[in-house]
Amino acid sequence: MGIEHNSDGSSKAKPAGSSLAATSLKIVGALLFAAFVLILVPMLINGAERWDLYYTLTSVALLSIASAGVWLTFYIGRINIGQAAYALIGGYVSAILVVDYGVSFWWTLPLAGLTCAVISVFVGLPILRLRGVYFAMVTLVFTEVAKMAALALPITHGASGIANIPLPGALEIFGLTLIPDFNTLENSRYAFYILSVTLMLLCYFMMYRLVNSRMGRLCYSLQQNEELASSIGVNITYLRLVAYAISSFLGGIGGAIFAAISQSVYPSSFAVADSINFMLNCFLGGLGYVLGPMLGTFVLYFGWDWLFQTGKYQLLIFSSVLIALMLILPNGLLSIRLWGKKS
Amino acid sequence: MSDILSIENLTRRFGGLYAVNDVSFTVRENEILSVIGPNGAGKSTLFKLISSFLKPTSGRVMLQGEKISGLAPHIVARKGVVRTFQETTIFRNMTVRENVIIAHHLQSEASLFGYFAGSANARSDVRKFGQSADDILTLLNLDSVAYEMASNLPHGSLRALGIAIGLATNARVLLLDEPFAGMNHEETMRTVNMVQGVRDRGVTVLLVEHDMAAVMKISDRIVVLNFGEKIAEGTSTEIQNDERVIEAYLGIEDESIGL
Ligand SMILES: Nc1ncnc2c1ncn2[C@@H]1O[C@H](COP(=O)(O)OP(=O)(O)O)[C@@H](O)[C@H]1O
Ligand SMILES: [Mg+2]
Repeated sequence: MGIEHNSDGSSKAKPAGSSLAATSLKIVGALLFAAFVLILVPMLINGAERWDLYYTLTSVALLSIASAGVWLTFYIGRINIGQAAYALIGGYVSAILVVDYGVSFWWTLPLAGLTCAVISVFVGLPILRLRGVYFAMVTLVFTEVAKMAALALPITHGASGIANIPLPGALEIFGLTLIPDFNTLENSRYAFYILSVTLMLLCYFMMYRLVNSRMGRLCYSLQQNEELASSIGVNITYLRLVAYAISSFLGGIGGAIFAAISQSVYPSSFAVADSINFMLNCFLGGLGYVLGPMLGTFVLYFGWDWLFQTGKYQLLIFSSVLIALMLILPNGLLSIRLWGKKS
Repeated sequence: MSDILSIENLTRRFGGLYAVNDVSFTVRENEILSVIGPNGAGKSTLFKLISSFLKPTSGRVMLQGEKISGLAPHIVARKGVVRTFQETTIFRNMTVRENVIIAHHLQSEASLFGYFAGSANARSDVRKFGQSADDILTLLNLDSVAYEMASNLPHGSLRALGIAIGLATNARVLLLDEPFAGMNHEETMRTVNMVQGVRDRGVTVLLVEHDMAAVMKISDRIVVLNFGEKIAEGTSTEIQNDERVIEAYLGIEDESIGL
């Protein structure tokens, strides 16, 4: 996948559609990237015996799934600072089903996503009419509401949260073991890494298809001009809801796996700061590129970690660099490539 | 010719102001009907009411016997009544051709999921829309700028693109709000031809316009609004000789009317 969506489009000449050569190049690029993260990276990690990197990279993969959702709401012209709420809900749905009802983790994963999608329809119905700062503010508040709810509801076990979540069991279909029981693995970190990275690849592949399909064009038309979109017959209310539901689904999936890895979920597991980070990931990588949030998450996560050595100046340096980057590269890190092309 | 639209006692109030006040008239199938009147007469409001972007305070709009006022705008568009905008409203960050292709939305046979999965319907839609878009772009002299970003177009071409978008929706009734605004004489005359070309494709055209020369040339019939009320209706000649119309325009001492 890996090719930016042509939105800053500097295309003057008649583009030859997606020619065969360009398409095969994309496919090769995508396969290489998949091989890199699924095979080469684990080999390097094992070679260097840096097992901690599994956890770090798994986090990046999961956060980038949630960020992809936020990116999609940007794509319909909404600033979404509420994704942490869905990550939290997803985490709780999975944890509650696994711990209190003995459901297999593998079932709770899609259920976590779906629950978030359904909730987002009810939340989105009233708030998606809002635009700009108003929508952003409401979603921010929603993050806080989700936390309050987790504190107050009996089913979420209040402030003590849900600890001691068992590792995912085996996934068997017709007696065939598709995924082994994580408890029997000597390295469950590796298993979580493969799971998360696979889902990340799947997520971005789907996102790429979506954005380059008619639905993507319609979403983009909303970003450009909702009134005109509705006058050419686009059901803007419906489309906004669909995009927001997909976004929230991804938040829920990310949250559910996070809960499984850390084997716990608390009301503070995902907070306002996470919502803001999801949004920053999109900004940093580039709102015009499907792969923007993936790159943004990676850079932001490692950038923050790396600045840890600066001690109390960590936040100051981090924020300054971020502001500088946004001023220099308003279209995100991926826009650097376009510069190269133009010259 | 049978009636396609009937506007019945349409009224829209903004606070104490009657922007459109008890206006009734009918639109015949495949005619070009112009709505004229001084600034603030309520023309744009009338168009917003007909396309259902605004709800009437009272009265209704009927499309071949079916009430369309009060429906959501995208449903009204689906029924074939489409408005283009007074402002140059387009999808700025898409190419000209993309603008026109996306405006074919209502004719798509594939579902959103079909597009996602690349179904046969979706593929044939893409082909059809591309072809139809090229036809429309040629008709409106936009074929040379088809792959330009819409935001880079000069003013005159933007208006043409607005009309192209309207055409692409396959509307039965197209509402054009000031399609000639900001154009010089030559551009206006070219656009007048385009609008006639649109009508020749079977579309009924309603337009709001200030350029009287263009209006007189293009319109089958004219409706005149003043302070929200309809003060006259008829052919160009009838309107030019109508006492109340002359009075309304002389009242605001607008020399450019050229009556
Ligand atoms: N949304 C609105 N709120 C309040 N007043 C409005 C609104 N839209 C239009 N008006 C008023 O209604 C009257 C008619 O406006 P409009 O339909 O735009 O006139 P025209 O298009 O004929 O110039 C004007 O006095 C205008 O100020
Ligand atoms: Mg007006």
